[in-house]
Amino acid sequence: MSVFSPTLDAKLTRLAEAYPQRRSALVPMLLYAQDELGWLTPEAIREIAERLGETELAVRETISYYSMLRTHPVGRYHVQVCTNISCLLRGGEELLQHCRKRLGLEQRDVTPDGVFSIEEVECIGACSWAPALQVNYDFHQNLDPARADQVLAEYRQKA
Amino acid sequence: MAHPLEIRVVSKRFDDPSAATLKGYLASDGYKALEKALKMKPEAIIEEVKTSALRGRGGAGFPTGLKWSFIPRQSPKPKYVVCNADESEPGTCKDRLIMQFDPFSLLEGMAIAGIAIGAERGFIYVRGEYRYLIDILDRAIAEAYDAGYLGKKLRGTNFHFDLMTHTGAGAYECGEESALLESLEGKRGIPRIKPPFPATSGLYGCPTVINNVETLASVPHIILNGGEWFLKLGLPKAGGVKLTCLSGHVHNPGVYELPLGFPMRRLIEEIGGGVQGGALKAVVPGGSSTPLLNAEEALGVNLDFDSVAKLGSFLGSGGVVVVNDRTCMVKFAKRIIHFYRHESCGWCVPCREGTNWLELTLTRFHLGGGRSEDIDVMFDVAQSILGRTLCALGDAAAMPTISIIQKWRQEFEDHLAGRPCPYEREFAHA
Ligand SMILES: Cc1cc2nc3c(=O)[nH]c(=O)nc-3n(C[C@H](O)[C@H](O)[C@H](O)COP(=O)(O)O)c2cc1C
Ligand code: FES
Repeated sequence: MSVFSPTLDAKLTRLAEAYPQRRSALVPMLLYAQDELGWLTPEAIREIAERLGETELAVRETISYYSMLRTHPVGRYHVQVCTNISCLLRGGEELLQHCRKRLGLEQRDVTPDGVFSIEEVECIGACSWAPALQVNYDFHQNLDPARADQVLAEYRQKA
Repeated sequence: MAHPLEIRVVSKRFDDPSAATLKGYLASDGYKALEKALKMKPEAIIEEVKTSALRGRGGAGFPTGLKWSFIPRQSPKPKYVVCNADESEPGTCKDRLIMQFDPFSLLEGMAIAGIAIGAERGFIYVRGEYRYLIDILDRAIAEAYDAGYLGKKLRGTNFHFDLMTHTGAGAYECGEESALLESLEGKRGIPRIKPPFPATSGLYGCPTVINNVETLASVPHIILNGGEWFLKLGLPKAGGVKLTCLSGHVHNPGVYELPLGFPMRRLIEEIGGGVQGGALKAVVPGGSSTPLLNAEEALGVNLDFDSVAKLGSFLGSGGVVVVNDRTCMVKFAKRIIHFYRHESCGWCVPCREGTNWLELTLTRFHLGGGRSEDIDVMFDVAQSILGRTLCALGDAAAMPTISIIQKWRQEFEDHLAGRPCPYEREFAHA
């Protein structure tokens, strides 16, 4: 029994066959699995290791290197605020503090209802449209506190 | 919209929403270069790229034609073309636009590279955060396969070229070419010892060309219009035009395509609309890894590899970050080092320990706990990272730090006299 949905299961099978060497599929498989499950559960890690014929240890060793791969749950909407130099110069730190306050995440990183989580991240490639953040994979750029409030409110509504 | 001072080559389709479809791409000269390349000798393709004086747009500025010529064509091993779409150098946000607005130009450039070096397979390594671009590229790749621009027997010839995207998962170091290859092989992105270089021993130990997105997207324009044409847009030793990502304290930040050798002063004043919130203090000329220029240096320099190198810095990835005089340079140095400490893969001790120690010290210093001897010790620590690591991440951390201590030493001294940060006291936010 796979821990993944039939669609993802098919995608992972395709990926494992797509490269000259199977192991090349590891990082994409992990990230796509995480997209579906929210985080890399022990069961998911075990299954991916088996599919690629790798040890669980080898898979965990790889996971621990990549900052987007996580072995713990985050919120359904993971807010990633960039504070690197171009954002810093245009209010990135203030934006991070503002979002934390709005979401009630001053002392913690995930809201109790599991809807939002927050993380300070490195440059996301939006420097000329700073300050910027990503919610999951979606970019929100040229932000100020008021626009950030709008963005967060839209996600709150979707939740 | 294009700025009047721009010369648009790789960005020429950015305002055309149909260019991301094969039909729209074909309607604007798309794939004419590949058709031409399919009739050329591989050596002639490489010669044309050499003539153009195209230099790598990923940061190191290595001549592209020369890089391609290092591939041992006679080797019985399969050869690979890998596109570096990891774009994570702080201040850099240009490759993203090419993949979004003109994805086929990258596909076409990679297929031409494949013909030139005898590779029948390519991979586009895209940073994990750019998922929407993987979706765009995957759609473009599917369309190209259907029309015979990818796959077996390209356009009915005997050339084959298979291409797929590959997602990263968050790691600046995976933009370094040998770490990228490790990552593409499914491992931790630890850089390899060089030599051997990827041209002889790259992906799976096979000959591999790795190029930046913008480099590869320039190739169709060069093949179609001629190396000479491209060369003449820029300077003799660095041909063509280049995307420049303007950010920080300017009124009009944005990505602009400018001829090599364009004056930084005009970039900041005419295109950027001038410095925002104060007078000019500093400029990061090519992404956060490059030594900073002070105002005088910045206003006198031209944006080309050699001019910036004369000032001891680099054109790098094209990320120009403008800093006004209300900014605390100690804090700026601290933010830069924080990044490299976070991204150091930890393999080389000078980089792992040096960045960590520098961040701790700069943080204490900025908070008002500095001691006068710290300044020289920080300088020495940064110096001792230089050149002592497997990849250039160590240098990338050390170089901007050294330049800030050298050029703005007085600001460090000011922190000793007026704790905490005198700039934060004076200005609402630094
Ligand atoms: C730490 C580090 C990070 C790098 N990140 C990138 C990157 O994100 N994108 C890129 O194209 N090149 C990056 N490079 C440069 C690559 O190693 C390599 O030189 C480049 O991809 C070659 O392509 P080009 O010749 O077309 O520029 C990085 C280098 C280092 C040392
Ligand atoms: S510095 Fe924030 S997106 Fe690049």
